[in-house]
Amino acid sequence: MDAIVLQILNGLDKGGAYALIALGLTIIFGTLGVVNFAHGALFMLGAFCAVTVKALLSLEKVALDPTQTTAWGTPLEIRTPYVEAWFGDFGTAMLNYSVPISILIAIPVMLLIGVSMERGLIRFFYKRPHAEQILVTFGLAIVLQEIVKSLFGANPIPQPAPDAAKGMIDFGVAIGFQAGNVVYPAWRLIYFLFSVAIIGGVFAFLQFTTFGMVVRAGMADRETVGLLGIDIDRRFTIVFGMAAVVAGLAGAMYTPILSPDYHMGMDFLVLSFVVVVVGGMGSLGGAVVAGFTLGILQSFASMNEVKDILPGIDQIIIYLIAVVILLTRPRGLMGRKGVMEH
Amino acid sequence: MTTSMTKSDLLLLLCFAAAVLAGPVLLAPIGAGYPDLLQKFAIFGIFALGFNILFGLTGYLSFGHAAFLGVGSYTAVWTFKLLSMNPIPAILLATLLGGLFAAVIGFVSLRRTGIYFSILTLAFAQMSYNLAYSVLTPVTNGETGLQLAQSDPRVLDIAFGRDYGAVLPSSDLFGISMTGYPGFYFCGVMLILCFFVSMRIFRSPFGMMLRAVKSNQNRLNYTGLNTRPYALAAFVISGMYAGLAGGLLAVTDPLAGAERMQWTASGEVVLMTILGGSGTLLGPVIGAGAIKYFENIFSAFNEGVLVQAYSFLPEGLQHVMVWISSLFVGEGWHLTLGALFMIIVIFLPGGLMEGFNRIRAWITGRFGGGGGSLAPAAAE
Repeated sequence: MDAIVLQILNGLDKGGAYALIALGLTIIFGTLGVVNFAHGALFMLGAFCAVTVKALLSLEKVALDPTQTTAWGTPLEIRTPYVEAWFGDFGTAMLNYSVPISILIAIPVMLLIGVSMERGLIRFFYKRPHAEQILVTFGLAIVLQEIVKSLFGANPIPQPAPDAAKGMIDFGVAIGFQAGNVVYPAWRLIYFLFSVAIIGGVFAFLQFTTFGMVVRAGMADRETVGLLGIDIDRRFTIVFGMAAVVAGLAGAMYTPILSPDYHMGMDFLVLSFVVVVVGGMGSLGGAVVAGFTLGILQSFASMNEVKDILPGIDQIIIYLIAVVILLTRPRGLMGRKGVMEH
Repeated sequence: MTTSMTKSDLLLLLCFAAAVLAGPVLLAPIGAGYPDLLQKFAIFGIFALGFNILFGLTGYLSFGHAAFLGVGSYTAVWTFKLLSMNPIPAILLATLLGGLFAAVIGFVSLRRTGIYFSILTLAFAQMSYNLAYSVLTPVTNGETGLQLAQSDPRVLDIAFGRDYGAVLPSSDLFGISMTGYPGFYFCGVMLILCFFVSMRIFRSPFGMMLRAVKSNQNRLNYTGLNTRPYALAAFVISGMYAGLAGGLLAVTDPLAGAERMQWTASGEVVLMTILGGSGTLLGPVIGAGAIKYFENIFSAFNEGVLVQAYSFLPEGLQHVMVWISSLFVGEGWHLTLGALFMIIVIFLPGGLMEGFNRIRAWITGRFGGGGGSLAPAAAE
């Protein structure tokens, strides 16, 4: 029983990342009708926002201390990060909380990237075939990841979680198991809660605001909304920016779990597409449900007991599910009837 | 039409064959006249030709073709190990297995169209890639890649009394080693053969049917025609081309690794086809050649070459230019590839062949006097 709970927990953080990326993908598809292969790159850019913030915060002032010498006889260098020199203890705390701080930076940055991507490139592809949309965004994804590679190098850059969230939480005690059976890294739990909060925020935004209402109306019937005198294109641009922010935040917060490198976007993109397809193209609820379900199933498949029966299943389970779903229920778990069934 | 070729087709085939066979001489002035690169031109030309039969004619965008290439490579290396170092059984089996694999994947994937088809093929290719790295390690040798060993059985070679002694054998066609120019000519002849087959498919009623699938599959279905066997046939044929290309890769360099199956490799063949011009006969070969050529040129550049190239500029500007250019060359070749991908899709979706035709139309429109005919008939 505790093993099952542990596997479910293990699946939650990955499932959260899948759900957040898939949510953006499916929003973009539902509103703009564009298949965005560069969405994984946005996730990666978000992660590198965190890397940049960390690097900026840890810029160091080098002072020579003539009273002390190193083993080589040269004066000892004392390195203090500027933030610590300027703000003292508060600066140390900033350095410690660099990942959460990077979220604040990532929001405007990703919004800007998203909006300029939509205005600069995607909008010229609304009327072109899906194949060309796939190809141009695929090209963009390569360009973005290669730029990041040339700026940050090819190796993964580890990002520490804040000290307070570095430990493990004995989660089992909270739900009545023996202590020590279900122990779980705190940051992963935070990531899960964070993703739930973001998903809730997006749903609330679309459900309870006038802007969201117009966007939903536009998803249902773009032409009529346009005829009612609403500039739906501008709203959709903002929606694209929002999807970019969601992917970016997912990436920034994921950095303590997976050290970011330039191709993490591609790795997640393929899986997120599968998630979108399983959930149903254009269905927000489907993307979330499928994201968490597939994340949890994947973690179950990587249990040794399962691998003994079906070797290699952990590598292919997600793709296998996608194949089965596409063949039996092409519109996906929660897709609307008639939307992209072919 | 089905039994004889038109004169212009025969001429095109002859010109193509002559150009391929004279490749070492023709391409020498641009620095591509050496066998390693020429082999790549030919092999990836075959790969792109096959992909074009699927994507160019039927419009199905597969993102999983690298899987067939990988299967071809593994099959060829295993044939070398078990049967014989002669490349002929190797490429025959590679083609066959590539086709078989394509038949299985195609049978499932072709139940869907559009982006669902793309994602299904992508899913299958990723599955093969992941399996090749994990569970199938006894067959694929995992990350190390499948290699020849001195102790391989090679039953046919032994039956015919060929003994390679104590050296690690390399593939040879009845005594002619498949490295260097002989290797290129072997691939070149295959390329010409493949081009011929592809030309016959383009001109046949079957090819016509595939084009009909691309232009409006629904209508075909409404007329009571089942299009799936046609699409599946196209998929299998292109899988066989990919298997052959993979087999040839192993012939010229007998080792196979799973990275050949990664989906970025599938993306590369899409780019080759689009760059050249999908749906045209010659386009894919040109696209494959162009990409492999520029890959070779750009990856070879390094900082020293760049500094020299910009030596005429003042020093500050020189540093800036070297820095900017170094993003795109050497290690950064993929950046150029991605940018090229975008530029082609944005500005020239018909590829280089469309570009040639536009230039030709512009010239004839300007100097030929005939104002009306913008699109020349021989678009291929």
